[in-house]
Amino acid sequence: MIMPEECKKAAEFFLQNIDRLITKPTRFMEVCGTHTVSIFRSGIRQLLPEKVDLVSGPGCPVCVTPNDYMDTAIAYAKNSNVIITTFGDMLKVPGTSTSLYEARAEGADIRIVYSPLDALQLAINNPAKKIIFLAVGFETTAPLTAATIQTAQKKQINNFFILSAHKWTYTALDALLSDPTIKVDGFLLPGHVCVITGEAPFSFVSERYAKPAVIAGFEALDILRAVYMLALQVQNGQAKIENAYKRVVRTEGNPIAQNAISSVFSNTSANWRGFGGIENSGMTVNAAYAQYDALHSIPVTKENSRENPACRCGDVLKGNINPTQCPLFKKICTPEHPAGACMVSIEGTCHAWYKYGQGRYHYGR
Amino acid sequence: MRGINMGKGDITMEDKFITMAHGAGGVKSRELVEEIMVPAFDNEYLRQMHDGAKLPVKNNIAFTTDSYVVKPLFFNGGNIGKLAVCGTVNDLAMTGAVPKYISVGMILEEGFPIKDLRTIVDTMSQAAAEAGIYIVTGDTKVVNKNSGDGIFINTAGVGNLIDGCDIAPRNVKPEMDIIVSGYLGDHAAAIMALRHNLQLPDTLKSDCAPLNKLVYKILQAAPKIAVMRDATRGGAAAVLNEIAAQAGVGIIIDEDKLPVRKEVRGFCDILGFDPIYLANEGKMVIFADKTYSSRILAVMHKDVYGKNACIIGSTNSIAPGEVGLRTAIGGIRIIDMPAGEQIPRIC
Amino acid sequence: MCLAVPAKIIEKNDMMATVDVEGIQRKISLMLLPDAKKGDFVLMHAGFAIQTIDEQEANYTAQLLKEVAQNDNA
Repeated sequence: MIMPEECKKAAEFFLQNIDRLITKPTRFMEVCGTHTVSIFRSGIRQLLPEKVDLVSGPGCPVCVTPNDYMDTAIAYAKNSNVIITTFGDMLKVPGTSTSLYEARAEGADIRIVYSPLDALQLAINNPAKKIIFLAVGFETTAPLTAATIQTAQKKQINNFFILSAHKWTYTALDALLSDPTIKVDGFLLPGHVCVITGEAPFSFVSERYAKPAVIAGFEALDILRAVYMLALQVQNGQAKIENAYKRVVRTEGNPIAQNAISSVFSNTSANWRGFGGIENSGMTVNAAYAQYDALHSIPVTKENSRENPACRCGDVLKGNINPTQCPLFKKICTPEHPAGACMVSIEGTCHAWYKYGQGRYHYGR
Repeated sequence: MRGINMGKGDITMEDKFITMAHGAGGVKSRELVEEIMVPAFDNEYLRQMHDGAKLPVKNNIAFTTDSYVVKPLFFNGGNIGKLAVCGTVNDLAMTGAVPKYISVGMILEEGFPIKDLRTIVDTMSQAAAEAGIYIVTGDTKVVNKNSGDGIFINTAGVGNLIDGCDIAPRNVKPEMDIIVSGYLGDHAAAIMALRHNLQLPDTLKSDCAPLNKLVYKILQAAPKIAVMRDATRGGAAAVLNEIAAQAGVGIIIDEDKLPVRKEVRGFCDILGFDPIYLANEGKMVIFADKTYSSRILAVMHKDVYGKNACIIGSTNSIAPGEVGLRTAIGGIRIIDMPAGEQIPRIC
Repeated sequence: MCLAVPAKIIEKNDMMATVDVEGIQRKISLMLLPDAKKGDFVLMHAGFAIQTIDEQEANYTAQLLKEVAQNDNA
């Protein structure tokens, strides 16, 4: 048990040493949106020396979900025979012309669930309805969807479907690093993704791109410690993958969960907001389980999707600009009326900047 | 309760469910009022059975109204009826008044179980007795099946303003203490846990409670407190933001000092909530000059609804209108006005 | 999208477990962590246990942070 005084002292230790080790302007990227939230909620950005900049990467699944997906989900929601089940995160994400939240107000049956198994239970309880689960998330969440589909098959539940937007995080990281304009000096790797995948899928960060990377936990001190470890690597001119979250991240990950993904999904090209299409970055339900794929089993006609041309979510997600440099930020785009997904998700960089006061903050650094 | 014949017949209500007839103004309506409402709420003012209640009040009064909708209607620590009485009592108390009389308007959905209605009405009666107020007038209407959510309740109330108290945001100045009356988020946790198949321990209940007697004691001990407000929808965060904006002061609160039960922290961790945004129904935030704090806390600690009261932060002149929270590692983050309802997240 | 919290298994029934998070209980699936035992601390994500928490490593991290806190930042 860490006492409050120890917590502050440990934070001071890390901060002073980060300040000592880093001698020139340095950018680290936290890939995971849950890290982004934790960083803002604990006030880490203000505590770090000015020369150390933390930027948020493409690790918020809501933010990288394109309008096309939302429009499809909304079109399904308008089918009176369908109940849409979703994590709360997706409810307010804007599509091209509306959101699930607005569709619900117009009469669509949309339920927030905590677990895909809750969606499956809803299917059991409502045999006359088609239950579509909006399967959004990265490697952490995809095995849960896979296991739920396997359960549906075992129990012969035929009114449960998913609309998959599951994605592989590392593919976006690879796409990002292959862009020569990207300037990032090291990465905080997504701890809970690595719980499933293990370290191997991220080894390219150090091997091919010679960047330091640390697998980090989500407490404020976990994050500070990981930044400190990155600073040590930078100081020593190293580029390796280190695991600072060994209490749950095993080198090999969770093989049963990996197996669940490969049994149910196959890789496909997927659209990422801000990145466009990335080969083999998406997970689609494979032929053996096709009946559970909403797109395969339930016909739908959706509107033509387009993105707001002024929205710069893409550049924000790549870490090229910060939200205040987007012309819509705080003017047209607010948490109440988000123009882009980075504002709607609590994990989104724009939302975090807005909510936790970056740029309108008078309490000093 | 117009047109009610108070002659005591032998009518016994045998209906098990609310029907449209209970709202049609005839025999069934009378049964509903005479057999359920009047016995539970009975007092000399209600017994007048006039178009409206005629009430003795001192010169200056406070007047408020609020409507109550909640799902589920029954929860650990209370039900919609208790909310409806305590909510209006607390709103009156926060203005620096002694709540006296409230009205009750109910909109019932066809098919609503009579036994549930009895439970709700009994709870309202108990809450009114605890708060020392009278339910003096009321009304019921019935809507068709699927046109309501079982029951909606509106209450309005009046209270006598206490002489010598001036409770207003403009009284808040920099360097004042901010006190909360106890653990934050219990009500929201009790309400929302069930929706997500989370099982709370029996010890974790909604904090729904009438605060008027506690407020009275505080105002006797320290009449010059600047402002107080109950932290309902939007939680403590909403109150702090309202006062910061209205008083033009900055606020810094300390994460380490926020009173939150471990179960509520667990609940927040699971669903991605922040306890400072969670609704309470029996908690208030008090702004007062630092010289009064120990007196206020001494009074609060002796009361069942204030025994866990503590100072969570103070006001400042550095950042007018802004609410900041000093985090466990010594950083500061902004606590902004909650944007709409709290939605659980997995991200 | 990776909010996950430590939870203690207080009851195991085939592939389902009742877990406790600071006094809050929920039934979760052990399909992705079938070997988890009663008494284990697991990482819970959206209704599933996804990994066992290695108590030795958790203690090591806590110890490390305590040591760092005692270091006078010299």
